[in-house]
Amino acid sequence: MAEMTYREALRQALIEAMEEDEDIFVMGEDVNKYGGSYGVTKDLADLFGDRRVRDTPIAEAGIIGVATGAAMAGLRPVAELMTINFALVAADSIINSAAKVRSMFAGQSSAPMVIRTVGGAGAQLAATHSQNFEAMFSHIPGLYVMMPAVPYDCKGLLRSAILVNDPVLFIEHAKLYNLRGEVPEEPYTIPIGRADVKRQGKDVTLLAYSAMVHVALDVAEKLADRGVDAEVVDLRSIRPLDTETIVRSVKKTNRAVVVEESWRSFGVGAEVATRVQEEAFEWLDAPVHRVSSEEVPFAYSKVLEQAALPSADKVMEQLREMRIL
Amino acid sequence: MPKMGYDMEEGKIVQWIKQEGDEVQKGDVIAEIETGKVNIEVEAFDAGVLRRILIGEGQTVPVGEAIAWITDASEELPDFAEDGRGAPAGAQAEEAPAEVPEPAPAEAEEEFPPVGGVKASPLARRVAQEHGVDVTQIEGTGPGGRITRTDVEAFIEEAEKAPPKPEAPERVEVAVPEVLPDVPAERMELTQLRKTVARRMTQSKTQAPHFYETISVDMGKAMALRKEINEYTQEHEDVKVSVNDLVVKAAAQVLSKYPRMNASFAGEEVVLHQQVNVGVAVATDEGLLTLVIPNTDGKSLSQISRETRDKVMRAREGKLRADDFETDGTFTVSNLGMYGIEEFIAIINPPEAAIMAVGVVNPSPVVRDGEVTVAQVMRVTVSGDHRVVDGADVAEFLAEFRRVLQNPMALVV
Repeated sequence: MAEMTYREALRQALIEAMEEDEDIFVMGEDVNKYGGSYGVTKDLADLFGDRRVRDTPIAEAGIIGVATGAAMAGLRPVAELMTINFALVAADSIINSAAKVRSMFAGQSSAPMVIRTVGGAGAQLAATHSQNFEAMFSHIPGLYVMMPAVPYDCKGLLRSAILVNDPVLFIEHAKLYNLRGEVPEEPYTIPIGRADVKRQGKDVTLLAYSAMVHVALDVAEKLADRGVDAEVVDLRSIRPLDTETIVRSVKKTNRAVVVEESWRSFGVGAEVATRVQEEAFEWLDAPVHRVSSEEVPFAYSKVLEQAALPSADKVMEQLREMRIL
Repeated sequence: MPKMGYDMEEGKIVQWIKQEGDEVQKGDVIAEIETGKVNIEVEAFDAGVLRRILIGEGQTVPVGEAIAWITDASEELPDFAEDGRGAPAGAQAEEAPAEVPEPAPAEAEEEFPPVGGVKASPLARRVAQEHGVDVTQIEGTGPGGRITRTDVEAFIEEAEKAPPKPEAPERVEVAVPEVLPDVPAERMELTQLRKTVARRMTQSKTQAPHFYETISVDMGKAMALRKEINEYTQEHEDVKVSVNDLVVKAAAQVLSKYPRMNASFAGEEVVLHQQVNVGVAVATDEGLLTLVIPNTDGKSLSQISRETRDKVMRAREGKLRADDFETDGTFTVSNLGMYGIEEFIAIINPPEAAIMAVGVVNPSPVVRDGEVTVAQVMRVTVSGDHRVVDGADVAEFLAEFRRVLQNPMALVV
């Protein structure tokens, strides 16, 4: 197995998919000559030509509109939105067009497309460029929402996302592109809607996704030093959510904390906690708690931004309140 | 709801003497309650204003539950919802003005159900249920005192190590016999006292293996002594010693020498009481109850006599006080001699080890020195709990009891 970055794993998935299926093409702002804002489509134009790696105007509604039309017409677009903050401009195309095709045409048409985009804060990009909208988009029936945390999942999940015959919102994390990890050279897929137990444990379940998986793993290490054995479950897929894996873990550990980078209210953590109490009420030895971002627009100031984000310290504090520490 | 006796588990409000808004002084009678035994007056523990009556007349609540709030007139009423005990639905719905508080409106009662119960995690409850453990018995160490699985497991482990608890006075189900359906009948609701008697007697008779021993006591000398005492006290004190007082005094004196007779069965052990508290069974209109004379063996005949008479009178008038039930009895004397009953057997008053049933003092033919002669004979039957005492224990106790009454100077010197 080779070691590669989160970015490289994504790029490999695109290359493998495009080599296999000529209907797959990439489009977005600066994906061709510049290689993508985060370098994921670097050199793809050299490999597949301008026809399959298309630069677009700065017009997100148009990008998704075109991608939806192309998908309905039989192609399999992978459209890139520079960040998820700009997905708001394209929200009508995503929610009212792409996500509705299959049901409004009674299955006679569909929109097999992937919207690759970038979420997450922590890079001093200020309030309008540091947001997390997975909860908003996961609210929509007809959309799939994926959020990988490690290079291995990037490659396998993106490959699976491209194979799905409906729109998939594939949210990468800005701070993870240089993260290195083991990735098989050969092509592989990861089942959509499957969470992954990143660390086995028996005392408490930390439920996380995207960058927060690494916070949870960091916490688990700290806990291990103190004799507490934490299990870390990486949700990977927000919609559909893998209730089965979550519940199985909580039934084992009897206590759970959700670690999420997005805001607390009406969020993914709220949904996870609800499902846990619905399915595993009598196994709970404590309420399911959430460690989320402070409910403020993120500041440009590094200090203020970091203060608003979840951290290992905040998770440890929560565990202390639960008397797990 | 004050605890008016060791085995009182619940009480019924018979009547509120004070009403909401009334000022009360410490010691004022605020309500009359019916316990398992009698109707008793409840006194205010403190001065203030009776702000809120929580338990209405005719309602029954467990011991320890709040029945009313007495506070300073200006004080804010406590948050009923927070302590969750005794607060009637909706009691917190309005802040009653101190001057003329009124009961909460009926509509409000539905809007604010009482908050109550034990803080325990769902898992803790499940584990407790699986092990048949009552979560209310467990102390929670989780956040805010929540009971968690660890607490339940620790409790179970502790319980397995500890010796079994004394079994009395657990609740015993009284089997309800079928009533003849074709015979016209009047139905009477059981009073609290009747219920208690039914429960405790069933418990005793089904759990304590009874055995019985009867002895005849020649009461000639004792009756003569009684006459002498009463002639003396008539002039000096307002005391009239009864046959029963003599019996109680003699029993108490002998009990102090036979600790096994002054004991209780407690599962893995027998508890030998270090006080002799003889109870006297008394029939009242409401039913049977036992009046305890604390430290009976240390009291003189006249003290026993006065105390018994006072309590019996108040019991018959329904005027017993809480302190009448403060002391637990260790042995009971039941006397039906005044009805002419010659002898009978009694059911042990749990958790005591024995009870003495006393018959009438009757002139009877006895053989003395080979001659038939007439003596004042009293027949006494002791029922013993075989888990605590054996036949020989009761026999020795009875023999000594007879010796004392037949040589009654021991009772006065």
